[in-house]
Amino acid sequence: MKMTKLAALAAATMLAGMPAAWAEGVKVGMITTLSGGGAGLGIDARDGFMLAVKLAGRDDLDVVIEDDQRKPEIAVQLADKMIQSEKVDVLTGIIWSNLAMAVVPAAVAQGKFYLSVNAAPSALAGKGCNPNYFSVSYQNDNLHEAAGAYLAKAGFKKPFILAPNYPAGKDSLTGMKRFYTGELAGEVYTKLGQTDYAAEIAQIRASGADSVFFFLPGGMGISFMKQYADSGVNLPVVGPAFSFDQGILGAVGQAALGVKNTSQWSKDIDNAANKAFVDGFQAEYGRLPSLYAAQGFDTANLLISAMNKADVKDADAFRAALKEADFPSVRGKFSFASNNHPIQDIYVREVVMEGDVITNKIVDTAMTDHANAYVDACKM
Amino acid sequence: MSALLLIEQILNGLQSGVMLFLMAAGLTLVFGVMGLINLAHGSLYMVGAFAAAGAAAATGSFVVALVAALAAAAAAGALIEMLVIRRLYERDHLDQVLATFALILILSEGTRWLFGSFPLYLDVPDWLSGSVTLPGGIQYPLYRLAIIVVGLAVAAGLFGLISRTRLGIRIRAGEADREMIAALGVDISKLYTMVFALGAALAGLAGALVGAIQSVQVGMGEPVLILAFVVIVIGGIGSIKGAFIGALLVGLTETLGGVLLPQLFGLFMDPSAATTVGASLASMAIYILMAVVLIWRPSGLFGVRA
Amino acid sequence: MNRETIINLLIALGLIAVPLWAIWADEPFIITLATKVAILALAGVGLNIALGLGGLVSFGHAAFFGIGGYAMGILASHAQNYTPMMEWPLLIEGTKSMPVIWLVAVLASALAALLIGVLSLRTSGVYFIMITLAFGQMLYYFAISWPAYGGEDGLSIYVRNGFPGLNTLDPAQFLALCYAVLFVVLFLSSRLAKSAFGLALSGARQNEDRLRTVGIEPFRLRLVAFVISGAVTGLAGALYADLNRFVSPTMFSWHMSGEIMVFVILGGVARLFGPVAGAALFIVMEHLLGGISEYWQVFLGLTLLGVVLFARGGLIGTLAGRKVTHD
Repeated sequence: MKMTKLAALAAATMLAGMPAAWAEGVKVGMITTLSGGGAGLGIDARDGFMLAVKLAGRDDLDVVIEDDQRKPEIAVQLADKMIQSEKVDVLTGIIWSNLAMAVVPAAVAQGKFYLSVNAAPSALAGKGCNPNYFSVSYQNDNLHEAAGAYLAKAGFKKPFILAPNYPAGKDSLTGMKRFYTGELAGEVYTKLGQTDYAAEIAQIRASGADSVFFFLPGGMGISFMKQYADSGVNLPVVGPAFSFDQGILGAVGQAALGVKNTSQWSKDIDNAANKAFVDGFQAEYGRLPSLYAAQGFDTANLLISAMNKADVKDADAFRAALKEADFPSVRGKFSFASNNHPIQDIYVREVVMEGDVITNKIVDTAMTDHANAYVDACKM
Repeated sequence: MSALLLIEQILNGLQSGVMLFLMAAGLTLVFGVMGLINLAHGSLYMVGAFAAAGAAAATGSFVVALVAALAAAAAAGALIEMLVIRRLYERDHLDQVLATFALILILSEGTRWLFGSFPLYLDVPDWLSGSVTLPGGIQYPLYRLAIIVVGLAVAAGLFGLISRTRLGIRIRAGEADREMIAALGVDISKLYTMVFALGAALAGLAGALVGAIQSVQVGMGEPVLILAFVVIVIGGIGSIKGAFIGALLVGLTETLGGVLLPQLFGLFMDPSAATTVGASLASMAIYILMAVVLIWRPSGLFGVRA
Repeated sequence: MNRETIINLLIALGLIAVPLWAIWADEPFIITLATKVAILALAGVGLNIALGLGGLVSFGHAAFFGIGGYAMGILASHAQNYTPMMEWPLLIEGTKSMPVIWLVAVLASALAALLIGVLSLRTSGVYFIMITLAFGQMLYYFAISWPAYGGEDGLSIYVRNGFPGLNTLDPAQFLALCYAVLFVVLFLSSRLAKSAFGLALSGARQNEDRLRTVGIEPFRLRLVAFVISGAVTGLAGALYADLNRFVSPTMFSWHMSGEIMVFVILGGVARLFGPVAGAALFIVMEHLLGGISEYWQVFLGLTLLGVVLFARGGLIGTLAGRKVTHD
């Protein structure tokens, strides 16, 4: 079984390796973070995307990849390069919302398509929406909303909530409170990039909370979880998937066990596309895929599905083909709301030990067919 | 806010201050003795944390991890001193800034090359995990208490080393008059390598100790580096005592500012605006502290030369 | 003509030849890169006034770069959204006109440099390096947590601001504009260095006491130099924001201060064309190495290290030889 998959992969690799210069295909510019502290996320998104391209064996899909160093100015300059020199048709790859805000408006204004593998800030979902901009991942608020909904549904009465003091952090707590309307034990904004949470944990302990909700992406979440687990505060923790994703769980270790987190994807979602993705990713890269890899994989497959239906030079037809979202998503059900953001189920995962690997498994569904709060604000 | 919570927050500030001291001590020694600004000091902190994570994964022992961190950081420090830093002593600060800026790039991305792009795992050992109840009923993590103790012990050891031992006499002599001690037959280049390696080892130890409760990842040293600079500037560059006082001041300001400022603003603003304004001001607090100290005493609290 | 003048001329020719070639070969991205070089060089020219002429090692010039950038971002975003900046006591509207934005950027960063300078110049040496760094970081955290203008997300401006008589959306015309600004500032900066003020400032760097004995107070000289330096870097910030049609707090980060400093040192401290050569070399390396390896910053670091250790005086210093200093 494994051998045949490998053989298929190898064949796909050879196909994809053929020169594509002559093909009248689609040229994709991928701008993502490949160096510095946040590189893990960009690498996963890129690997997921490229895996889908490989498995589809498309030789008419040419991908140019550049490193944005997580700096918005660099991302803007790379977008200029992709559009002016590389003459790409589609842009994708950006992980961080602040970089997306810098690149997306200008790119779509120049008639390019932008497919988001991750970042989907509210400003691009509501008033700033654009027919050429599609978010394949979620709308930024979604996972926080689902966590709020789950907290309410699970009967928690007094959560303590915290997030970093920056726009995405504020969106997070707003999103959470949109679906959890009860009492809060406390609401704290931490410094962006903060690594010591002793002070906040002491506040949690003193607040009389019955649970903790936090959004602290990257290293901040690792630090928080390790310190929280060691503090003796044993309140249940709920959060969006970002701090409990596969790339990070290894570094958090057992401190994360038992935590409930909300995600639109998990490696145990039972469908053929997901199975092929998880197996293929492990065979190709020798590690378990993360949420970002799954989003990259879906983004490439969405693009390929549109290529099968329309020519990218016919922008209206291509846009309509993208909007149909006629591709086998690793998440199962997937469609676009009128503002080009997904309508999808959001699950509750629990961090568990499988053998000697720490990973997630689905335990509940937080929201079904959830779109986003900005649909009405988007006029297009 | 209750008195107990306040005491707990003061302990937290103390703990982060003590760790900052380990970072700042090396930085201030290197500046005091060799007159060198080392921007790459944060990278040595990262080297320590990565070495500890690697050793802990291989052996499962936290003590071995700490030893590995000390050894790796000291070795990296000695190597860097002999290959690069040595050529910079006679240069002006500008060249030193550029060269050590280049070292940050090399060490950060080099570490990523070796260890991959994902954060590593390093955890508090079982015998130090959990929390203890202090007098007054404060629940406090044992590991943080241990960090405070280790940090204070290292600080005491360092004071002893500087004031009591032969090496310490040479270091102080080196700070006072470089030409003179060379003339007295002290092998100055060996002394410099040792001081640099000592500073590096302290940074590596801090990296490993802090790495167990934070995230071991590329770039982890940079925020700490900036804080350590603030510390030594407040304390007076070249002064170990100044670094100690400065580290505690910065640790306490950072921790208590983050907790108290939002509450302070909450007294006369609506809660959400108070959290925003308070958190914003708290993130600037230590820089404001530093500016105030420098305006009051342009060469720091215990600075010997301007 | 001495060697440095010839090298300067060659650099100036190269600056003009490369984009001309790019227009001919239809490589619009090279024009964008050349624009970036010109703007970052301008920021370096600003720093060089403090650093090279005044001997003031500022590690916080990102503060002025960022203020210039935000001057553009704030004015243009108000104009873009048709919301006035202030209605009372007097009505202030946003604007999309570059000359007005430049004026505001220069004034705002000069004011900031005056405040920071008054406080920082009480210190010297390493303390000065560090206190300027602290002010930069202070503004960085302020920009991140200040929600009114986007916080960490920054501000996007959809259309580049206008300049009377030019179509700034055309990369070549915007490039020409940036070059013009750069060369005007370079000219002024060379006049400044040769003026009585420049000579006195140079004197303050070399021998403070001697200057005091002739009755000149070094503090005032340095403060004026620091303000001019900050203002020029602020102007560069406004142009950089217009190049990217975007501003964000990363313009304030200490990495930015470091990079501006790298341009100056790489090219040659106190050399008129030093920042230009340095910025050009840095951008070219970043562009070429970025395509080679995921770990390209290792090679960038090694190159920088090589320059400091073995090419003293930077690029121009190495090529032109030691500067003759008249004492």
